[in-house]
This record gives sequence, C-alpha cells and structure tokens, in this order.
Amino acid sequence: MVSEKNMDGRDGAHSFALRLDGISKSFGAVHANRDISLDVKAGTIHGIVGENGAGKSTLMNIIFGLQTPDHGTISVFDSLKTIRTSADAISLGIGMVHQHFMLVPNMSVLDNVMLGSEGGSLLAEGREQTLERLQSLSKNYGMGVDPHALIEDLPVGIRQRVEIIKAIKGGARLLILDEPTGVLTPGEAAQLFNILRSLRDDGVTVLLITHKLEEIMSITDYVSVMRDGEMVAHRETTQTNPEELARLMVGRDVLLSVEKGPADPKEVKLSASSINCRSAVGNTLLKNVSFDLRAGEILGVAGVAGNGQTELLEILSGMRAATSGSFTILDQIVNGDSALSPSAMRELGIAHIPEDRHEHGLVLSFEAQENAILGYHHDDRFKRGLFLNQEGILDRCKTLMRDHDVRPPNPNLNASNFSGGNQQKIVIGREVDRDPEILLVGQPTRGVDVGAIEFIHKQLIRLRDEGCAILLVSVELEEILSLSDRIMVMNEGEIVGIVDQAAASQEKIGMMMAGIETEAAA
Amino acid sequence: MMPSSDLPRWADVVLLPLLNLLAALAVCGVIIFFLGENPFTALWVMIKGAFFYSGSLGYTLYYTTNFIFTGLAVAIAFHAMMFNIGGEGQAYIGGLGAGLVALWLAPVFPALLVIPLAIVAAALFGAAWGLIPGILQAYRGSHIVITTIMFNFIAGSIMVWLLVGPLIEPGQQSPQTPKFGESALVPKLHEIWGGVFSFLGNSPLNLSFLLALICLIGFWFLIWRTKLGYEIRTVGQNPEAARYAGINVPKIIVIAMALSGALAGLLAINELMGVQHRVVLNFTSGYGFTGIAVALMGRNHPVGIFLASFLFGAIYQGGAELDFEFQTITRDMALLMQGMIILFSGALAYMFNPWVSRVLKRWMTKQEAARG
Repeated sequence: MVSEKNMDGRDGAHSFALRLDGISKSFGAVHANRDISLDVKAGTIHGIVGENGAGKSTLMNIIFGLQTPDHGTISVFDSLKTIRTSADAISLGIGMVHQHFMLVPNMSVLDNVMLGSEGGSLLAEGREQTLERLQSLSKNYGMGVDPHALIEDLPVGIRQRVEIIKAIKGGARLLILDEPTGVLTPGEAAQLFNILRSLRDDGVTVLLITHKLEEIMSITDYVSVMRDGEMVAHRETTQTNPEELARLMVGRDVLLSVEKGPADPKEVKLSASSINCRSAVGNTLLKNVSFDLRAGEILGVAGVAGNGQTELLEILSGMRAATSGSFTILDQIVNGDSALSPSAMRELGIAHIPEDRHEHGLVLSFEAQENAILGYHHDDRFKRGLFLNQEGILDRCKTLMRDHDVRPPNPNLNASNFSGGNQQKIVIGREVDRDPEILLVGQPTRGVDVGAIEFIHKQLIRLRDEGCAILLVSVELEEILSLSDRIMVMNEGEIVGIVDQAAASQEKIGMMMAGIETEAAA
Repeated sequence: MMPSSDLPRWADVVLLPLLNLLAALAVCGVIIFFLGENPFTALWVMIKGAFFYSGSLGYTLYYTTNFIFTGLAVAIAFHAMMFNIGGEGQAYIGGLGAGLVALWLAPVFPALLVIPLAIVAAALFGAAWGLIPGILQAYRGSHIVITTIMFNFIAGSIMVWLLVGPLIEPGQQSPQTPKFGESALVPKLHEIWGGVFSFLGNSPLNLSFLLALICLIGFWFLIWRTKLGYEIRTVGQNPEAARYAGINVPKIIVIAMALSGALAGLLAINELMGVQHRVVLNFTSGYGFTGIAVALMGRNHPVGIFLASFLFGAIYQGGAELDFEFQTITRDMALLMQGMIILFSGALAYMFNPWVSRVLKRWMTKQEAARG
C-alpha cells in the first residue's frame, strides 16, 4: 500500500528509495554496466537518459532482479538488499513496467491485474479484492480503466495503464518505467505523465528510463545520464538543459539536424494503389493505402509503432501478401494477393533494410561474412560449381566492412558480437551494394549510437541524390522530419495524409499520428 | 536449442563434454559399487573389451558405423532446428528398401550393381519416411516430434506385417526374409584385407564404415560449403531472417528432413547387408534413438559426431564384455551408461557451465595478476 507519507505527501520515512554502489555487469567482453553509482531520492521522479545501448536496460534488469550484477551493492529504502529474482524485487516494493508489455491479451483487465495475487485456490475472494483495489487505483489516478474489458480490445495507452496498476497494486513504492512512451502518441504520453505526477504526489518514487530529452525536461525532478555503460552525470532537472544532456549522452557536441540539399524527384518508381491487408483473424492492418514514390526522394512514413508501417514494408518487400490491391514497381504490376517472393523483389531491384535487424536482417549466430550475403546468396559471385565461393564471400564482406566503416573489420566474428550500429551497417552495406532502384528502410537507427546515426543518415541522403527512391519508416519523429522530403502519416492502417517536409511540424505530424486530419493534409 | 555460453571455445567444445562424460561414468561407478563390484575393475574390463581383446576394436567400429549414420541423420535435421525423433523408423524403412533390392536383384546381378542400388534404395526409402513428417510440419504445422514418433510405430507395424507375411522366408517360423544372395553382401574388412586388418579378428566391421566416413565428410561440405547448407542453417538459426532473405522455409524443412531420413536409412547397409544378410525384425534395436544422443554430444558437427559415435560404440562393445566378466552385471549396464551419458550430455549439457565459467574466470584473473 502507498503509505508512510508525511505532511507534504512525500515519502518522508526514507531518504533514499534506491541507492546503487559500484554496480558492474559484463557479458563476455562487453561491459554493459561499469561501476554504476546512483542515488534516487524517495518521492521524486528520477530520469535516466542515455543512448540506446548505453546500459540502461541492463541496469534496470539488475534492480528488478532479472539479472545479477558481477559487483556492487543495492540498497532499497535505506537498507542493503540482495535482489536475486524479480520476486525479491516485488517484495521490496519495486514495480516495473517493461517496454514490451507482459499482459495476457485474451484475458480481462481484472484477470491480468489479479495475476500473482489470486489469493486461495478459489478465485472469487481474490477477484473481489483485486476489483476493489483496481477500481480505487483507477479512480485515484484518473486512469479510466474498465476492469472487464479484454486486453486485446484496448489501445496501447490503456494497456500501459493496466501494467502500471499491476505494478503498484501490491503497494510498490518504487516504480520503474522502461521507455514508456515508445509506443504512445504525444497525447497519450501527456496523460501518462499526469498519472506519474499524481503517483509521485502520493509518495511513490518513479524511475523513468528514456532516451528522449524533452520527456526528461518536462517531468523529472532529477536526471542521471548514462554513456557506454557508465553513469556520467547527475543533475537536478531545473539546473540543466537539453543541450547539456545531449552532450553528456554522446560525449561531444551533437549535430541534431541533418545537412541535405533540396530533393530532385524524378519518375515514379513505385506506385501503390488501394492496398488492403487483414490479419489471419480478420483485423484490418492496412486500409486503402495508395501513394507514389519517385526516384530521388525520401518519402517518410510517420506513425506510432503498430499502425500498419510494418505490414506495408513487408508487402512491398514480398514477405507478405496483401488481401487486395496492387502496386507497380518499376513498371511491373504486382497484385497484392499474389505477392512475389523476397528474392524476386531483389531481382527487380528492391532492397529492404528491415525494421528489426535481429529478427529479420541478420542471423546473429552466423559470422559477419555469412550475413553479408543473406538474401543475395543466389548471386553468381558467391557460387563456384556446387559449392559456395568462399573467397568471393570473404572479399564481399571485406569490401562492405571497409566501405561502411564496420568495426571491428573482422569477417569471421559472429554478428551477435558487433554493436547495434555496426550490425546495422552490415545490413545497410549488404542492401545498398547492388545500387537498388528502390530502397525500403525500416527504423534505420533503432538501437544505433549517435556516430553511426550520422553515418547512416548521410548514406541515405547520398543514395537519394544518386536517384534511389527511398521509403523510410521510423517511429522517431525527428528522424522522419529531418530526412524526408515528403511525409506520409499513418494511423490504424490508413494514410492520414501526405505533407511536404517544408509544411510539416512536430505538432502537426503528432496530431495526424493520432488520426486527426489537419487542413494541410493532402 | 542450445543456450549461449560465455565460455572460451575450447572449454565449450572439449572441457564441458568431458566433464559431462565423467559425471555419467561416476554415477554408473556408484551403481556398480552398490552391485558389489569394483567400479575401476569394471571400467578396465570395459576398456579391454572395447579395444584390446582380439577383434573387439572391429566390433566397436562396427557399432560406431551405425551411430555415425543415425547421429548425422539427427544432426542434419537439427541444423534446420527440426528435432527428428524418427531415425529409428527411417532406418527401419531404409532396411526395407535395401532388402527389396537385395532380394530381387542379388540373384541376377553382380555386387558392383546391387550394392550401389541398395544404398540408393535404403537412402530413398529412409528419405521418404522423413519426408512425410517434414511435409506435415512445413505445410500443416504438425509438430515434427509427434509425427516422427508416430512414424516409428507405423514403420514398426509395417515391418512386422511384411516380415510375418509377404516377405517371410518360406517354410520358416521366425519373422525374417530369406538370406540375401552373395552379390548383396557388403564385404567385411577382415575378409578383403585380412593381412592388414588382422587385429580386427573375426569382427563384423565391413565396408559400410567407409561409407559412413564419406557421409561425415560430405555432411561437412553440405552444411558449411554449399548454398543448400547455408539455407538449412539460416532456416534453423533464424527462420524469420530466412523468410526475409527469400529462402523458401517450408521447402528447406522438407529437404532437411528427407536428407535426415536418407542418412538414417543407410544404417541398413551396415546392419543388414554387412552383418545380418537378411531383413530381420527390429534390426534397428535403438540405434536411431541413440543417434539423438550422438548428435547432441557431437554438437551436430561431423568431428564431434565421429567421436561420440566411437564412444557409444565402445560402450556397446565394452558393455557386452562386462556381462561376460561379472555375475552381477548384465548387458543392461551398457544401456544404463548410455542413458546416463544422454542425461548428462543432453538434458544436463550445461549443468557445469556456471561452475566452469566461474572457475575459469578466477583462474584467468589469477594468470593476469601473476603476469602483472
């Protein structure tokens, strides 16, 4: 229960909700966390920022008992604790809302919240108590959650509130949220922050992990910055600014914008006409999607994750069949329901940098050189009679590593041993090798360090200037705004509108992402 | 399937399997002790029985041959992340293929024609028995473990029916076919090169051993040096990436299962054409299942599979010797050891991993400290 409040609503019984001292954790040769020390004052919202791969998630997993540190100590509410499992963490009053929700989709909100506190072997009593608790929490914090709705029917924002209720129902006094706004529209994010503020006012300490600086500035009381597995700075939020935080995150001054000349769009390379797609169970994934993509332009696709962008990329790359509709690629008409295979698409001159390089783009247990030919292994260059041409493959990989600055340049290293940025460079290098006419790009800089981001962005611009038609899907609005020549906004599988970059602003795109058409939407 | 390990490669490939083996032997030793015998004497008897007695090495290598075939069969399916439990049934049906060729052609044609054709037939029949579960998995989603187990039973029933019915030796009671003709017999090594291989004694080791070695080498080339092998491994390691790369995932699964069945089918060449010289009931006697342990222990690599096969061959042969030597120990001891090894190197393969990794880490830190 939320308790031990003093007069001003803060948790006055303890000075620190969490104190880490000298935490280190390494995976093989990689130091995910190195000598981390952190004090989180009780009753505050404490932000932790850092780039993807800075070690934030590892640190949170250590605090929540999902991983054990190699060295260092953890104190929770002023006393030294050993946290071996998440059950330990929960019993100490730590709750966690993961980046990826841990809910059972075909069970009701109530049943999900009850998980882990069912009471006896008969459910009735536990259910009664949970319902009461759920309703009071929902009311107190203005969450508006219907206990009897099925999770799968709820929008992401509400699902996240269910996760929060799950985390605090047992009286968690330290709530950890890992990248909570990644899946939310700007509006939903604002509501989330209101909930977090009222939790803090009731004495709950909130630890917020994010890589978005504006969130840190708008909601946190204190902020700690991580870089390369180390804690590099602690600040009171009012005493700092985004520029300083960005510099601390990256370790140098950051060029937040991308330099590029005006686009010179030429002939239409890809033309989609009313593509529809339904899932196996009949949910609409794409609805009447039509657009043109021209040579020499970057068409950015903005939208909250899960609004049809993934399916669009999969259909255009031949990985998935549409339910109806067609598209014309380089003068060849492809009927959606008879999709060409990905290898046929590659033959046509389409390259595809997939959204999730771990799931699709790479085989992590393969060597870099084996990954360098994935999807192009039919190529004559890599064949010698019945066998693969080992030298040809090695040469290809060496060239790729040199041209795209992959580090370390070791073709025999397993893909899993490269950093996110270098993995992405391998994928990009592989896909742009044959000078594709059309390049489908999904989340090009997800989990990529800032140095590599600049490199990747420059590459995309260069390809555009060389006449490649680029379709860019990203959930990073800034990336879309800075790279695209035109921006197509998607919501619930539909195109809300396509706007020129010059006419686009963060606010306007944000509104459109929420499904609200603005007058400029064409 | 296998959890990632943060051990150095040599420890992962050599040290861990050795520790698992020792643990299995230790448990067996304790049991032998409670049976009232000295475990070390028993071990010595096994070693002599497997390697040193006249002809014993030949027997060990003959068993090894069987394990190589079934081990490779399991391993190739494993590379496509298919858990083929059906090696037993595929080998059994492979025996039908080899047997039919031997029975029909041997009376008329020479060995140089009959034996290659029998090899092809054994492989094709085995492949067919792996192919069907492969198709059911790839296109219908029926789990390969379930279907291959069921296909073992179906194979068993078909063979019983054939061996007590259409194929039975006329005028005989025992469920087996007539003896194969001369030209369907794979020569034993001591028969052809008796002088060089005199140490083999009168053992059943035959030319199928060479076929097994060829399969080991071919397996390596196929998996690591051909496009098909590349596609099989991609499907096994990351089916989503395979789909992205335009690889026809269901087709690869079917091909891998057919190859797996073909390799299992070749067991019949060693067992039937090399030794039994007729199709007999239950000639596979569990080799197909042991192949799973061989593949697990051999880490699905030809070198590992050879070593694991040799180990299991030695246990088979040495275990038989235990039976002769000790009143209290029966042939089942070999089965027990085999079971223990499967338990420790299969199910508990990574049991020692955390401990070894801790010890190694401490040791390496010490080394670094000593070096300054």
